Amino acid sequence: MEMVRNAVHSVRSIHYRQLATQIISLGMIVTSALIIWKGLMCVTGSESPVVVVLSGSMEPGFQRGDILFLRMTKDPIRAGEIVVFNVDGRDIPIVHRVIKVHERQETGEVEVLTKGDNNYGDDRLLYAQGQLWLQRHHIMGRAVGFLPYVGWVTIIMTEKPVIKYILIGVLGLLVLTSKE
Amino acid sequence: MHSFLLRGNAVLTFALTVLAVACVLASLTDTLHSSKPEVNVEILSVDAFGRNPGGNDEVVLTLHISADLQSVFTWNTKQLFVFLAAEYESSKNVLNQISIWDSIIQSKEDAKIQRRTRNKYSFVDQGSNLRGKDFNLTLHWNIMPVTGAMFSEKRVLTGFRLPKNYM
Repeated sequence: MEMVRNAVHSVRSIHYRQLATQIISLGMIVTSALIIWKGLMCVTGSESPVVVVLSGSMEPGFQRGDILFLRMTKDPIRAGEIVVFNVDGRDIPIVHRVIKVHERQETGEVEVLTKGDNNYGDDRLLYAQGQLWLQRHHIMGRAVGFLPYVGWVTIIMTEKPVIKYILIGVLGLLVLTSKE
Repeated sequence: MHSFLLRGNAVLTFALTVLAVACVLASLTDTLHSSKPEVNVEILSVDAFGRNPGGNDEVVLTLHISADLQSVFTWNTKQLFVFLAAEYESSKNVLNQISIWDSIIQSKEDAKIQRRTRNKYSFVDQGSNLRGKDFNLTLHWNIMPVTGAMFSEKRVLTGFRLPKNYM
């Protein structure tokens, strides 16, 4: 109760210049996060430099809630690499392993088949109607590194948006009432 | 620095930073590790060789795979994803890589492989180029860490050849 009374008191006694400073600091925090994200996109060459593992199709190596660091280089795609790709018509990227590669003479164009480590069959069922192979333009990056459990934050915030609003509310209150 | 929320925030940020640094250091130790794997693969028999209903060459093999990958494990290794790929060139494709068998090894004790098996995945060409074809069998292993960077190594075994005629 004390905490709430204090918070209400500090909100009421805010001066406008101080309030403007607080709001600008909040804006700075948000912008620096954005700068870091866009910077990562440049450095790794991938549209989404970090993805959260959403399904169990790559268990036991990757569990739901882990995060993967991606890189995209001009190197040719080879069997065994774990790639992130988008199927035409779906917007959730899939992270699976390349099991077959056919690279054309001369043009270097490549046709690739993927499969989740924990799935029985290959990914042909996931591709678009009539599509048998993935091409290079479908692939958004290769997984090069991994951190366990960290992605649960994103999963919880996506599946229960209430928590996202509560978190933003608390953070906002913290910034507004701190006497920096 | 007197309110409960501010203290909680400071502790949490510090804990996360320390954890992140620990993960990076753990991953760095992997780069210092050297391994001495031993690999041998034999083709015991060609069980079927012909054109499949799609019109492409397909072959069924029985293989004997023996490998000792115990030295590849580090303290930061969660599992090894091991797979055997048939690799060859054809007139249409400068490289064909076809994974015909794979296995997940979750502990150092299980890293000695002695397996006699048919190919797990279909060995199918794009076209009809497999008669009399020379190919390599490459054992790849993907080192998946507890945290940090992933590595990949392989051992190429050459000198395999498919029959001149369909069976």
